[in-house]
Amino acid sequence: MLTRRLFLSDWGGITVLVLLLAMVVAVPYANLVLPPESPWHLSTYWVALLGKFLAFALLALAIDLIWGYAGILSLGHGAFFGLGGYAMGMYLTRQIGDRGVYGHPELPDFMVFLSYESLPWFWWGFDMFWFAMLMVVLVPGLLALVFGWLAFRSRVTGVYFAIITQALVFALMLAFFRNEMGFGGNNGLTDFKDILGFSVQARETRVALFVISALTLIAAYVAARYIVTSRFGRVLIAVRDAESRTRFAGYRVEHYKLWLFVFSAMLAGIAGALYVPQVGIINPGEFSPLRSIEAVLWVAVGGRGSLFGAIIGAFAVNGAKTWFTAAYPQVWLFFLGALFVLVTVFLPRGLVGIFRRRRTEGGA
Amino acid sequence: MTVHCNAPPHGRGWHSTARRDSAPGPAGASAPDAVAAASTQPTGLRRSRAHAWFVAGFLLLLGGSLHAEPQILASQPPTTEPAMTTTGFTIVAQADPYASDFFDPSLLDAGAEARETETAEADDDLLDEAAYEALEEAAPDVDLLIQRLPEGNFNDRRAVAEELAATGDPRVPVVLGALLEGRLLATAEDPPRILIRAETGRAGRDALTGEPVDADLIASGRRIPVHNPLRNALRSLIAVSTLSAPDPERRATSLRRLMRDDVSPDLLEYLDDRVELEDDPRVMDLLLTVRALARLNVDDAQVRLESVELLRGSLLSEVRVRLEATANRDDDPEVRAAAREALDSIEARIRFFRFTENLFFGLSAGSVLLLAAIGLAITFGVMGVINMAHGELIMIGAYTTWFIQTLMPGALSTSILLAIPAAFVVAGLVGIAMERGVIQFLYGRPLETLLATFGISLILQQAVRTLFSPLNRPVQSPDWLSGTLQVNPVLALTWSRIYIFIFAIMVFVALLLVMKKTSLGLKVRAVAQNRPMARALGVRTGWVDALTFGLGAGIAGVAGVALSQLTNVGPNMGQAYIIDSFMVVVFGGVGNLWGTFVGALGLGMMTKFLEPHTGAVLAKILVLIFIILFIQRRPRGLFPKKGRAAEA
Repeated sequence: MLTRRLFLSDWGGITVLVLLLAMVVAVPYANLVLPPESPWHLSTYWVALLGKFLAFALLALAIDLIWGYAGILSLGHGAFFGLGGYAMGMYLTRQIGDRGVYGHPELPDFMVFLSYESLPWFWWGFDMFWFAMLMVVLVPGLLALVFGWLAFRSRVTGVYFAIITQALVFALMLAFFRNEMGFGGNNGLTDFKDILGFSVQARETRVALFVISALTLIAAYVAARYIVTSRFGRVLIAVRDAESRTRFAGYRVEHYKLWLFVFSAMLAGIAGALYVPQVGIINPGEFSPLRSIEAVLWVAVGGRGSLFGAIIGAFAVNGAKTWFTAAYPQVWLFFLGALFVLVTVFLPRGLVGIFRRRRTEGGA
Repeated sequence: MTVHCNAPPHGRGWHSTARRDSAPGPAGASAPDAVAAASTQPTGLRRSRAHAWFVAGFLLLLGGSLHAEPQILASQPPTTEPAMTTTGFTIVAQADPYASDFFDPSLLDAGAEARETETAEADDDLLDEAAYEALEEAAPDVDLLIQRLPEGNFNDRRAVAEELAATGDPRVPVVLGALLEGRLLATAEDPPRILIRAETGRAGRDALTGEPVDADLIASGRRIPVHNPLRNALRSLIAVSTLSAPDPERRATSLRRLMRDDVSPDLLEYLDDRVELEDDPRVMDLLLTVRALARLNVDDAQVRLESVELLRGSLLSEVRVRLEATANRDDDPEVRAAAREALDSIEARIRFFRFTENLFFGLSAGSVLLLAAIGLAITFGVMGVINMAHGELIMIGAYTTWFIQTLMPGALSTSILLAIPAAFVVAGLVGIAMERGVIQFLYGRPLETLLATFGISLILQQAVRTLFSPLNRPVQSPDWLSGTLQVNPVLALTWSRIYIFIFAIMVFVALLLVMKKTSLGLKVRAVAQNRPMARALGVRTGWVDALTFGLGAGIAGVAGVALSQLTNVGPNMGQAYIIDSFMVVVFGGVGNLWGTFVGALGLGMMTKFLEPHTGAVLAKILVLIFIILFIQRRPRGLFPKKGRAAEA
């Protein structure tokens, strides 16, 4: 019954899920089992790259959930992504132990460098994996709760909300750039060694991280699907299409929006946590408004309001970015800019819309 | 670390740069003193009653900038004036536009040192050949004195130098300067010929006549020895002897130098003479101060007391240092008390001027914000179009300025004035192209408009990067735009900022007139209020949309001209303004030009009054948080639109 509800008439989603599951099997096989000479061998670089894309896809999913289903455009989802990433980065930094450049048993290198006496209080507990994972979810969730509560209660909507989320992420970026914050300032956190006792650099760890990312994405997709097909989700769509009318119909619109926003922020935090060990660094650049707005573009390219479209969009845009920045670095921003314009003008429903239009004539 | 590689030394902390500029002029060259003084400023008054003082301070500032007789105008060459960067509310754009926000104070120190050496060199120019030209008649007694310099020991030499300094002969500073630097030579003849070796090369000239002599003679001369105590004495003596220079600027310079070294009471007599002779009122001011400083060292307590009374009117940091010393160490308790009291009154005045300075910085930051946001107030406020490429339109204006400047290298002022209409047209045309090409298809879909214009901003940035260069372009300022207005030793206002403030007001008024008095403005407001009705009444809405957008874009271009005088002109400069501009418009209230005005000045003020306590970055964060909270309270800004249009 539940399966039926989740996947009925979600052919695109099923396709994407099947592809993801195929990747979960194929990528480890191609990397670990096949010999390097084989034409089907996948190098570790590609595994890490695809893993990164998966983290981005999760972020895109989080954005699509609120933008596509509740009409909340957040230009600051990088804030939650970054906070999740920092929580993970702090755990990884604590795992370095005394193997840093300065060899201090407790303090990370940058703290020794800035002559800290002891760990700041907010670093407490980050040597424990479970605590760090809890923070990955809690910190973004809490920020979203406070921010969203303030915003939705005052009925800050649409463009205003977009701009203040941008201000939020901008303020966070400025704050994290400060050395005094105790998060490594401009350089961020890097030079990680271990995760749960496994070397971050090792091939097997990378593959494992890839698999975990893919499975997390699948789980998140199913959860998101569960939300949007529920009664809760239908109210959300009503909010998106006619907020005032929904309110007059007796629904507490701000509660619906708030909980979805918090959930989305948590997803973004998890995405950040998956991103950091695969990339090996987290720095305040993740909070730059450009990054957040780029993530919105992934969703727009893939097709807003379809969930799996966000995943497709994240892969498509990031794939293009990887290729362009290597082959034609000059052209990349032209391409990205043109993509923004073309998608919004000609493809308001994104790549998914091309297929959808044929399937459901004019249906929203 | 990508932070400092591109960041100019004055990347961020222009606040502190400006403080340095308020040091008593280049000849004082006492940047460290000034900084020490600035950093010891109590900050009590600045903190208090900002708003109550707003109006009073504003009027005072206007009056001050119009009427203030500049005391000693700093003869600082424009090149040493650091190109101040923009408000604390904006981020200076570099390769990484956000990273450069982090300003390294040590870079600034290096700059200050460089400037100090520069001014020291400028002092050497004082001792030039003009001294000999100024020599109207022969002065045999001075000649004799000069010839006595090689005789005896160091103390004898010092006595002769003192006598020389008291003569007021124009050659004396040159001769003593050469002695100080070990370039004064004496031949073995009797009486000896005194020669000055040139600073570079082997040539030289006769110390008495100034005539060039050949290298052989120079080579035969013996250096007249000096030692450190004598050198110290010589420095003051040179300053004293320059006091009789015909150029008031030089007299002022040497007085400042005297003030920096401890003025010996031995010079009092001479200073008294100078007081009789001085005709320049500004130099006179300094002279009296120096004399009072010298009198602080005399034995008569009554005289010291009078000096303290006289000095309480001065704001110079040297005076404060001396008064501090007197307040702590003078033998007479009465003098000590008087000095303490004088210091307190000076501190109070300085606090007031610091407050005024902050007010000025705030207004200046606000005017930059106003310029950046005002175009947005049209496109976003009136039309409801989220134009994320607004910052890039500013950038286009700045590049237009640079382009015109490279076209006509000789005429800086003309090129700047010409750039204003040119930037308006260029940016306006780009804006119209944007509107017709993209935005008109997206009306009624604000979020999509936002994304599309963001895409346009990326394209424009990359276009500039490809066409010109990813590096910053140098835009020069004409003389009247650079330099500072030194109102008094603790208050220096930058001309460029004063002009930009006036310019921002002018642009604002012009825009207000366009919106209220012209037929275009009428149509724009009609379309903004009720599009279908306007169309029904015969307004060509599409045409009006394009023109409105062009107007907003053109004003952004004009803002770019002004900002090119303050910040670096580079492909990323636009990004620095976009968030701030939106904040201003949202804070002020969408669709309300006055809201933008108040919002810009208010936010600029807030940033600048926070900055001394929190530092630039934290101040910015606090302001952002404030706006976020403010929007919770008043989601439609300070001055919300009323009526049905508000629900658009």
